[in-house]
Amino acid sequence: MPHAMTIEIDNLHYAWKRRSDFQLNIAELKIAHGEKVFLYGPSGSGKSTLLSLLGGVLLPQQGRIRILGKELTSLSSVARDRFRADHVGFLFQQFNLLPYLSVIDNILLPCRFSKLRCQRALQTETSLEKSAIRLLSQLQLDTGLIHQKVTELSVGQQQRVAAARAMIGQPELIIADEPTSALDSDRQVAFLDLLLAQCAASNASLLMVSHDRRLATRFSQTLAMHDLCAGVNPTMPFSS
Amino acid sequence: MKTLLSLAFHSAWNRKGTLMLMVVSIALSVMLLLGVEQLRAGVRNGFSQSVSGTDLVIGARTSPIQLMLYAVFRLGDATHNMHWSSFEKLAGRPAVAFAIPISLGDSHQGFPVIGTQLSYFEHFRYGDKRVLEFMQGAPFADIFDTVIGAEVAEQLNYSLNTEIILSHGQGVHRLAEHEDKPFRVVGILKRTGTPVDRSIHVSLAAIEAIHLDWQAGAPMPGVSIPAQYVKKFNLQPKEITAVLIGLKSRSGVFQMQRYVNNFQDEPLLAVLPGVALGELWSIVSVVEKTLLAVSALVVTVGLSGLVAVVLAGLGERRRELAVLRSVGAGPLLVFMLLAIEGLLVVLLGALLGTLAVVAASSLAAPFLQAKFGLTVVFSGLTTQTQLLLAAVILAGALVSLIPGYRAYRMSLTDGLMPRL
Repeated sequence: MPHAMTIEIDNLHYAWKRRSDFQLNIAELKIAHGEKVFLYGPSGSGKSTLLSLLGGVLLPQQGRIRILGKELTSLSSVARDRFRADHVGFLFQQFNLLPYLSVIDNILLPCRFSKLRCQRALQTETSLEKSAIRLLSQLQLDTGLIHQKVTELSVGQQQRVAAARAMIGQPELIIADEPTSALDSDRQVAFLDLLLAQCAASNASLLMVSHDRRLATRFSQTLAMHDLCAGVNPTMPFSS
Repeated sequence: MKTLLSLAFHSAWNRKGTLMLMVVSIALSVMLLLGVEQLRAGVRNGFSQSVSGTDLVIGARTSPIQLMLYAVFRLGDATHNMHWSSFEKLAGRPAVAFAIPISLGDSHQGFPVIGTQLSYFEHFRYGDKRVLEFMQGAPFADIFDTVIGAEVAEQLNYSLNTEIILSHGQGVHRLAEHEDKPFRVVGILKRTGTPVDRSIHVSLAAIEAIHLDWQAGAPMPGVSIPAQYVKKFNLQPKEITAVLIGLKSRSGVFQMQRYVNNFQDEPLLAVLPGVALGELWSIVSVVEKTLLAVSALVVTVGLSGLVAVVLAGLGERRRELAVLRSVGAGPLLVFMLLAIEGLLVVLLGALLGTLAVVAASSLAAPFLQAKFGLTVVFSGLTTQTQLLLAAVILAGALVSLIPGYRAYRMSLTDGLMPRL
């Protein structure tokens, strides 16, 4: 039975061990299942740290993070890695892909680490490759590229391959960190539309972080880093 | 595990240029280390194969090692000779089973000439008590007959009945030749892998004959004795260089040695071949150990270079490692990925280095024999070499943990967005 909330954060406190000047404090953050959330945050606002915390790669010193009802802080490091592999798809700004793997191998990378996503990818298609091809065509990418080296693709194509990788095997949560910032402006909108449509189709929640407020209009909910952290951490550097 | 290996391999292949250079550098250092060890073992093997069944080597008093070097290995020159009468006395001792006289000093095209008796072909043993065998022909019968070793025949392209002229003294740049008295090849010995291969054997009488009209190492001016008349002269040798002696019973060896060392007529020296070789090794071992230490240092430098290269590459790979983390790879996989890469390079380098040593060994043996008269016998990888190889791989595995650990630490602190 799916949990109603995809992300729940309570009284989170995180401080870098080596950089005492920087802290991240979030009193509360809730993202319901299937929501498309835009999180505005300029660089240096702690969004990267937040995303690492949501992925269970970093652990908060205080507070709780629950993803799909699972308390990350209570899991072992190995269990957190597995949980991330099973349920979260990540999409970064740039250099998302492993340059030494082909397009298809990049897309299927999560299936190598997660049996669950492998099984889900095989639920709708007879083979993993077909599943990847279907995703690529939904993202409007030439499916003939699948055996190409990723270094031969344009930046826009690479981002779509990265999106396909984040979505293969239908993870419940997609976290995107400035996925459009490397694209030119008319491509940005087109890419975003594809991303949102795919998330809707697979019924995944989407949390996208960006410093570009113009993109916020297409999301069901808009948050700002400095609102999340407001009043709690006066030393945090804001650029606006 | 399959994922890990495939990722490690693909990632390494992507940076094959740099890594191949590392493989080559490790291969060269391994080649040096193993080569030194193989050569050491090969030289020892070659020396100890050269003589067997001989209980004592006897010559004019000198250092035991020097006596061995010139009497058995044909390296260097004899300083003094011993009288024929001494030889007859020694050979006549009841404990003696056989005595092989050896007379050195002449050469042919850089190959040493050995004046000896037929007992040489009958009693001389090498390797595992093996007898000299003839590839063609037979022992010398007439005065200007000669029996040559396999290496001589091959290098100079001699066959039976080839006429050869001996030179006085050693070395290719001979001063004087015995050109009035040519020799005829009557026998070619089978290859033994010992200095015998490089030897030209003639009878003691022949040595006397070619020096009849000589005095003090030079032809006497105005005196020339044609070859056909030499038999009219007394060809009984007056001096020989050394004697190889086999005893009826090995237990008498020290008694015989004492007898020789206290010999009344002239100062003589008797050495046990094994003992003299042991002395030689104890002197050479300082050099061997130094060489080994230097090559071990070279391997250390190679491995340090490897760690430096993998660590330097780590900076560029932070993005790659973060991507792997994001799709679910744990920090342990990141650790293994880096450690395996180092190990892969070491294994490949060690393999290449070993192959190069094996290949070089087969080329080195004939070269060393031709160039330096050194008989080197390589017999596969010695135990010592295998141990060294294992040590290199183990050291490589250990140092590969360093970049692995660095990557592990990095993946824990970096999170998913490394600051580049």
